[in-house]
Amino acid sequence: MVARTGNRTLFQATHGPLPLSQRGEKRQNARSVSFGSISGTLGYPVRVPGDTTFVKRSWHQEVEMPGIVGYGAFIPRNRIKSEEIARQWGKDPATIQRGLLLKEKSVPGLDEDTITISVAAGRGALARAGIDPQKVGALYIGSESHPYAVKPSGTVVLEALGLGPEIHVADFEFACKAGTEAMSVALAMVESGRVEYAMGIGADTSQGAPNDALEFSASAGGAAYIFGREKLLAEFLHTYSYTSDTPDFWRREGEFYPRHGGRFTGEPAYFHHVMSATQGILDRSGHKPEDFRYVVLHMPNGKFPLAAGKRMGFTQKQMETGWVVNLMGNSYSGSSPTGLAAILDVADPGDLILITSFGSGAGSDSFIMKATELLPERQGLAPTVRSMLDNPRKYLTYGEYAKLREKIILND
Amino acid sequence: MPSPRYHREIPARFRLEAGKCAGCGRVSYPARKVCPACRGQEMEQVKLSPRGTVVTSTVIHVPPDDFLNEAPYAMAVVETAEGARFMTQVVDCDPSTVLPGMEVDLEFRLIRKEGKSGILCYGHKGVPGSV
Repeated sequence: MVARTGNRTLFQATHGPLPLSQRGEKRQNARSVSFGSISGTLGYPVRVPGDTTFVKRSWHQEVEMPGIVGYGAFIPRNRIKSEEIARQWGKDPATIQRGLLLKEKSVPGLDEDTITISVAAGRGALARAGIDPQKVGALYIGSESHPYAVKPSGTVVLEALGLGPEIHVADFEFACKAGTEAMSVALAMVESGRVEYAMGIGADTSQGAPNDALEFSASAGGAAYIFGREKLLAEFLHTYSYTSDTPDFWRREGEFYPRHGGRFTGEPAYFHHVMSATQGILDRSGHKPEDFRYVVLHMPNGKFPLAAGKRMGFTQKQMETGWVVNLMGNSYSGSSPTGLAAILDVADPGDLILITSFGSGAGSDSFIMKATELLPERQGLAPTVRSMLDNPRKYLTYGEYAKLREKIILND
Repeated sequence: MPSPRYHREIPARFRLEAGKCAGCGRVSYPARKVCPACRGQEMEQVKLSPRGTVVTSTVIHVPPDDFLNEAPYAMAVVETAEGARFMTQVVDCDPSTVLPGMEVDLEFRLIRKEGKSGILCYGHKGVPGSV
């Protein structure tokens, strides 16, 4: 339903699960709504204070969705092999590699953090988008390792990228799904007509306590996405989120390393949320697992995404391109966004792509998008994820790794 | 580095903004108000390309306190395609391999921390060229 008061129009998209009983009714009420037809006085949909009428948009309506106009990723060059960490703590490397399916992980240098990774990824996104940075009206960075406790990462990143100062900026936090959270809000800002372009970034220099299972996976990297309405590289078709209060992994204020609930991080946390969100977006969109050419699920280790995907009917072929965890580890907020970048690096026009993130605490965001005709000519305008995984890397000893991750206590 | 000075240097440090003399075309980095070559005062803002060539280099084994954990590291004078020269660290490689003629990309990195609780100072460092 579209409410109009004079030339004012109110628009509200529905998100989240819809009761099964309403789904049929929703489809019947479906109608085509284009953003052009509901524009308000400022050229975009306007919320009218006090007006309780709103548009309920069905997922089956033909709504002109914005999409990705540029993307970029960055992975630091330092690596440590799983067997080197296992050797340090007297664990069997073969058991670790078989259990977690992790070969090696990226390690940030002393001069790399969420801000520098965001800038590198953001520059790649701007190069592929080919837009004037001054037209980016919003910048959101999702991370659980923002370098400052008080001072946004986004302010440094916007200056380095040449964005602003007329720009809305915020840092987001939601464990490992802060990246897709930033992407969701950036997409919504463009969808609402508030800004012409918006950038959402997921980046982390992840923490993992020494001799903890997390130490084999916690890595560094990230990806940046610019959303817009024209010259799309991937058209966004559907979004869906699923969230509950599930204490599977956390880090209290002032603590250096996160804690987790061991096996509790599996079924009630990762699998429940990832599978619920993915099933939810499939139900809403009417798609089946076999419709997608590429699928990426959040990668806390190598095993979880493959197991969750298999349970839902996705094949290894659909998942292998975005499954970058075995060579770069879990870059937390950067994990599924980097997997998506690896997919966009090779996707062909018309390919249907599904991404589901997971953030402990816990929640998942799912997006369905379709690659456009423009994507292939933009893929080579910035470094690809595969090139960063394959190019010369420096392999660290555990001692060098401990120094770079500042795990060694030094005098002032 | 005091925060106000760091703030003033953001255009040069973060975005590699330089000044080009309208008279003789000399590029100065950071930008100057008077051209050191012809003393012209009409300067145009230009942005340096994020790559360059090592002109000369050295390896620091006895560093200032802020860089103790990074030693040994390479320092180099790098020249960009625009002709601007500046000194920078070259990282992500064996410092002994940083020699004149080496092609470097300029990446945004953390330069130093202002003590344990001060601001973080960012800028550009050289890394081995991708081409």
